[in-house]
Amino acid sequence: MRFVFEKRQSVSRQALVLVPVGSFFVSLLLGAVLLLASKVNPLTTYAAMAHGAFGSWYNFSETLVKAIPLMLTGLGVSIAFRMRFWNIGAEGQLVWGGVAAAWVIIFLADVIPPWLLLPVALLLGVVGGALWAGGPAVLKATLGVDETLTTLLLNYVAILFSQYLYYGPWRDPEGYGFPGTVQFPQFAWLPRLGGTRAHVGLIFAIVAAALLWFVLNRTRWGFELKIIGENQTAARYLGINIARHIVWAMLLSGALSGLAGACEVTGISRRLQQGLSLGYGYTAIIVAWLAQLNPIAVLFVAILMGALLVGGDQVQMMMGLPASVGIVLQGMLLFPMLAGGLFTEYRLRIIRAEKAAPVAEVQP
Amino acid sequence: MNEPEAENTLKNPILEMRGIVKQFPGILANDHVDLELYPGEVLSLLGENGAGKSTLMNCLVGLYRPDEGEIYVRGQRVDIHSPKDAAALGIGMIHQNFKLVQTMTVAENIILGIGALPFVPDMDAVSRRIRELSARYSLQVDPQAYIWQLSVGEQQRVEILKLIYRGAEILILDEPTAVLTPQESHELAGVIKVMMAEGKSAIFITHKMEEVMEFSDWVRVLQHGRLVAVKRTAETSPQELARLMVGREVLFRLEKRAGTPGETLLELRDIHAEDDKGLPALRGVSLALHGGEILGIAGVAGNGQRELTEVVTGLRKVRQGRVLVRGEEQTNRSPLTMIKAGISHIPADRIGMGVVGDMAVSDNLVMKGYREAPLVEKGVLRPRRILKYARRLIETFRIATPTPQTRIKFLSGGNIQKAILAREISACEGLLVAAYPSRGLDVGATETVRKMLLEQRDKGMGVLLISEDLEELLTIADQIAVLFEGAVMGVCPAQEADIESLGLMMAGVRQTELASAPAIA
Repeated sequence: MRFVFEKRQSVSRQALVLVPVGSFFVSLLLGAVLLLASKVNPLTTYAAMAHGAFGSWYNFSETLVKAIPLMLTGLGVSIAFRMRFWNIGAEGQLVWGGVAAAWVIIFLADVIPPWLLLPVALLLGVVGGALWAGGPAVLKATLGVDETLTTLLLNYVAILFSQYLYYGPWRDPEGYGFPGTVQFPQFAWLPRLGGTRAHVGLIFAIVAAALLWFVLNRTRWGFELKIIGENQTAARYLGINIARHIVWAMLLSGALSGLAGACEVTGISRRLQQGLSLGYGYTAIIVAWLAQLNPIAVLFVAILMGALLVGGDQVQMMMGLPASVGIVLQGMLLFPMLAGGLFTEYRLRIIRAEKAAPVAEVQP
Repeated sequence: MNEPEAENTLKNPILEMRGIVKQFPGILANDHVDLELYPGEVLSLLGENGAGKSTLMNCLVGLYRPDEGEIYVRGQRVDIHSPKDAAALGIGMIHQNFKLVQTMTVAENIILGIGALPFVPDMDAVSRRIRELSARYSLQVDPQAYIWQLSVGEQQRVEILKLIYRGAEILILDEPTAVLTPQESHELAGVIKVMMAEGKSAIFITHKMEEVMEFSDWVRVLQHGRLVAVKRTAETSPQELARLMVGREVLFRLEKRAGTPGETLLELRDIHAEDDKGLPALRGVSLALHGGEILGIAGVAGNGQRELTEVVTGLRKVRQGRVLVRGEEQTNRSPLTMIKAGISHIPADRIGMGVVGDMAVSDNLVMKGYREAPLVEKGVLRPRRILKYARRLIETFRIATPTPQTRIKFLSGGNIQKAILAREISACEGLLVAAYPSRGLDVGATETVRKMLLEQRDKGMGVLLISEDLEELLTIADQIAVLFEGAVMGVCPAQEADIESLGLMMAGVRQTELASAPAIA
């Protein structure tokens, strides 16, 4: 019996859906091996995680709290990835969005009328994220500087700079030495949904996903972006201005991550403090891949990823396991997903019974 | 020993393939194909693209395994699992794209991959043996030279030497003359004759009739995976073979009306440009192309053709010189400017540049027209209109595709080329740059492509046709210019051109030198 991979005649639609779903279950199985090795029952662990993430309205709202920044950064990363621009700087762009929003609220409160303060803060957050992404984009477009390095390294610059701000000049003098800025005035808080911590960032994310779907699939700009991503040589030959697209796509990409940061600052912590950089910008990469760069799918995958984070916290509290169980599962999701990509273009054929004949030997 | 029934020949076949079946999803690539090869003889395997020639040979060299069928070498049943097994049986193949390491010497390449090699090979002995073989088969090549220093023709000699060095008795050559000048092809014919005289044998994969007639003793014609004819070359004609291959009569002479050249569409004045490595690729090229005219560019690949097309389409900057389109200055403009100036481009690298493989056929068909209404309005695409537009092109240009939504990479090479032609011709406004438009296409598709180019000419467009196929240039071009090492060796009207003088120009002799040579018949 032999196993042979054969190229499919066309891309399998079932595989496009089955591979991410299948990968999820494979990652649960791999996780189970790990849990068994630490002598805990995987089933009860998973049940506890599921309950923690979806068990009640409140639990679900906490899942959304984690999912919202993942949605926005996931969308941002997807745009860049669509044109094979490896923006792994969503984390730094998110931090800059938060810093810019905080700056508006802390320093411009006297200049801007109260009702306008939050919109301006969000807008500047968007601009902050966009500019932070724009730098690497311009370098790439004009000098061909590798974006993987620049976006990644700029994350550290952003994170450390924000720390400098809330440990240093922006620290609340009445904060009992606690590292963080003053709390924002209540009129600059991002409205929350019901009695939960989930905020209207959710609505921003849904609207952004819908708009993005339209832009990517139905506009001339999205069409050109796709051509660049699939075949840059062809794009050049077709007269598409690649440099300009790189810059615009990255500005949009950074803008969405910046919005995520601004929402975190105004909706959750309500001040700039430790805990703005929780790694959402990195998880966004997994979100984008699992969603296969489809903006609508990003929303659902972000909820799944949020659930793993909340579920991880839950098992820490209830079962005394490390919260990183959730993060381990997130990571494990990517491997079967990448391997499974093979099945969209190839299929496995099993060949039974060989015609008898020895290997390259001459028969009388 | 088995005694296979030979067909009216006294010799026993050195190689026999019986009832070879190879199935791929959706297609039967080989359907019970038989093959016999006799020592000292050349067999041509003739067929259109996708007829199953390469599949059959890949089964023979162990790259594929046949689903059914038997292979006998020297009368004995064998089972070939890998190219190594094939080599052990004395079977070697020269692929269309040479498998040579550019940064290593000829001698190193020749011994590369030989299993039983001492840890420190005696390179002097290797070189000596190579020189010996070179002399015997008149395959001149310096064993110490690096591959990157060699011309394409010389590299092919290295490939042949590699097989001989390893003691190959059965040589398979995949379209060996595609990259050669006419003179080099004749030299190759000489080399083959010497080898055949020593009792070696060869299989030629080809779809060129001239090659079949010039090189082979026998010809087997494949059509849609099936063996449709076995002929002695001496007893057949190119016309008969073409009919057998395509399954219908082929027009070898295309109707070409006398051209009526119009205004000057494109003018190149003393163009100098560099290649990707920064080395001079065009050295003072001056050419003029008129409306209603096909200007053919002849030359062995790699003599500046690529750079020339890129300069005209805005993909490459010139260092010196001017590009004028309809008399207007268009030097060093962007590709988009050149498209808007009315230049269409059928690129040499179809898969890499001409299409986006993972996008739909319909998307690929509108990649030039999507910028304008009615396909786009206020920046928003109109999918229904795009589909309708694509359907029309698919029908007009007879592009065989399961659906307009099929990803274009799943189409055959000929249909991909038809799609590019459809897009470029329908968007063309004056000037068409066509690089090797019929390369690798079968007879039927080649005919279609040539007809389309002639139609464009008759409509008053100017066509810049880059081709390595002199037959093609003589058939459809009005003027032929020959490029050699980035310079134009000469330009002559196609009616007055003959293959011999074109061949000499392709080898670097200037037209003026040809004329000054004493004309003794």
